[in-house]
Amino acid sequence: MSDVAHEGISGGPPEAEDISWRKRYWKKNLRLMITLLAIWFTVSFGFGILLIEPLNNIVILGFPLGLWFAQQGSIYVFVILILVYALWMDRIDDEFGVAERNEEGGYK
Amino acid sequence: MTETQFWTFFFIILTFGIYIIIAWRSRVKETKEFYVASQGVPTLANGAAVAADWMSAASFIGMAGLIAFLGSDGSVYLMGWTGGYVLLALLLAPYLRKWGKFTVPEFVGDRYSESVRIVAAIAAIVVSFTYVVGQMAGGGIVFSRFLNLSVEWGVVLVAVVIFVYAVLGGMKGITYTQVAQYTVLIIAYLIPAFAVAYQTTGIPVPQISYGQILTELDSLSVEFGLNEFTEAFSGRAGGQIDVFLVTLSLMLGTAGLPHVIIRFYTTKTVRGARYSAFWALFFISLLYLTAPAVGAFTKLNLLQGVQGQGPDSLPDWINTWGATGLVTVNEDAESIQTVSNLATSGADLIVNNDILVLASPEIGGLPAPIVGLMAAGGMAAAMSTAAGLLLVISSAASHDLYFRVFKKNGASEKEQMMVGRIAMGVAILFAIWAGINPPAFVAQVVAFAFGLAAASFFPILILGIFWKKANGPGATAGMLTGLAFTGTYMIYTLEVFGTSANEHILNVSPEGIGAVGAAVNFVVTIVVSKLTAPPSAAVQEMVEDIRYPQTRKAAVRS
Repeated sequence: MSDVAHEGISGGPPEAEDISWRKRYWKKNLRLMITLLAIWFTVSFGFGILLIEPLNNIVILGFPLGLWFAQQGSIYVFVILILVYALWMDRIDDEFGVAERNEEGGYK
Repeated sequence: MTETQFWTFFFIILTFGIYIIIAWRSRVKETKEFYVASQGVPTLANGAAVAADWMSAASFIGMAGLIAFLGSDGSVYLMGWTGGYVLLALLLAPYLRKWGKFTVPEFVGDRYSESVRIVAAIAAIVVSFTYVVGQMAGGGIVFSRFLNLSVEWGVVLVAVVIFVYAVLGGMKGITYTQVAQYTVLIIAYLIPAFAVAYQTTGIPVPQISYGQILTELDSLSVEFGLNEFTEAFSGRAGGQIDVFLVTLSLMLGTAGLPHVIIRFYTTKTVRGARYSAFWALFFISLLYLTAPAVGAFTKLNLLQGVQGQGPDSLPDWINTWGATGLVTVNEDAESIQTVSNLATSGADLIVNNDILVLASPEIGGLPAPIVGLMAAGGMAAAMSTAAGLLLVISSAASHDLYFRVFKKNGASEKEQMMVGRIAMGVAILFAIWAGINPPAFVAQVVAFAFGLAAASFFPILILGIFWKKANGPGATAGMLTGLAFTGTYMIYTLEVFGTSANEHILNVSPEGIGAVGAAVNFVVTIVVSKLTAPPSAAVQEMVEDIRYPQTRKAAVRS
């Protein structure tokens, strides 16, 4: 962990290595975020609003599929998206040595 | 005293007692405890507190009824009020927690400038206050129906209980009370829903079984002159564009509402903020996934109950709820041929949206204890949100305005706590007064609070985190134009402050204008920031710093 010693010290150019972990961390975070937001948009605005009418021609258990996405499906997906984000960020945190797991008091 | 009243008293006294005891046990002495519960709230508890904070009288009492009559288009509330949490969890909560102080205006002030802080503090007070009045009025309705108490005394009673636990316990007391309130409200919501689902379809899982009744509900609705439940874009005049914009506005507003955001400041770590967001939406989804089923079942039971009935053989609940003026039967009608939720429609039976949930046990013929439990749940929803909002008002007034603007030289811990508590006391007195004499705009509270939050807070928070070059002049200009644009359109299209309601422009309803206002705010902030000097190196470093959960060395910078 020697590469972190100069972290956050202002004045003078930060060390090249220091900057590089931050950039990689942030890039991974952004990529995950954008992927999850694309799914978020597709199930809610895509299936639940823009494509609701064609999807309603498919009926499952009495639910027209578009209506199901608008009233149920999108919410299930939202919950899963946030869980995936939290779990995935844990992995990224571990990879970069910034995990906070211990501070939560024996979680996991 | 009727059996229903007995059970209502029983559950209300029991739950109010629990709230007060919890508050007494978690009473606070320090400002850090008062505003952010010492940042020591466990993830799961914080999730439940966010859920209770979030689910107001509107979610509990109003939403299923709205969905019953809007049908498919009721999804604007379902997707809008839950989808915002995805934005909150991914784009805001972890970063604001990392930065980690007491209030939203404080972040804005540190990130941009003092003038933006003042605009943000005022916006937070206005948005929260409009919202709190609705909660007070909602609590009053519950009391007047179930306890035969006047609405005025109902509001005062609610306020006194909130005062005790909010002023005493601050954020800490509110948090643990909200965990209890979540438990009460979700039990009260789910039990009748499962019972009605089982009674109607034989399957006690309403989320799955309401599909079975949709065909029947569609044909019955048409028979009574209502729109089909399953037909898209039949419930809102603006059609697809409007449904899109309203959903987006509610999502952006959800992510920008100060009383929700500050709850993520209370966790121990950044990681805790991420998991809190998950638990929050998980707990919220239990109610939101059930609401469309409650709406569908109650509407079906309602329509079946009055089908072919003359004025003398109507179900009992029509008489009991008729006393509140929220259900009216046209006296000239020989039998019920048409049903509506609009008072001006001239239908044979007019049912206010807001009673469907509270009346669902009676409409479905369930026993009195369940009706009483429902009342306690409605009160829990109204009170938990009101308490969270009052805390935002108090912290914005004392912490962000009084101490930053009038007492710059600093104040002792004791003095800060005192001012925080006095601000909360004053806010509660105002809330009582406004709850008893609701101003005309309370009916549009949803449109206002969410649209204004979407158009003011969301863009400057997002840019503040993701764009280092966003600066003070940009944020001030963006926020003011976003607010002015959205507010003007709302006043133009709604009947508020004595204005007349004008036609909607391009099918955009006042509920949906917040999304456009947010876009205006984004554009103005970016353009003005580009034209003026970038923020200082220290501020840019702060933006950089909040992107990482903790520094990799042991020492903590402050």
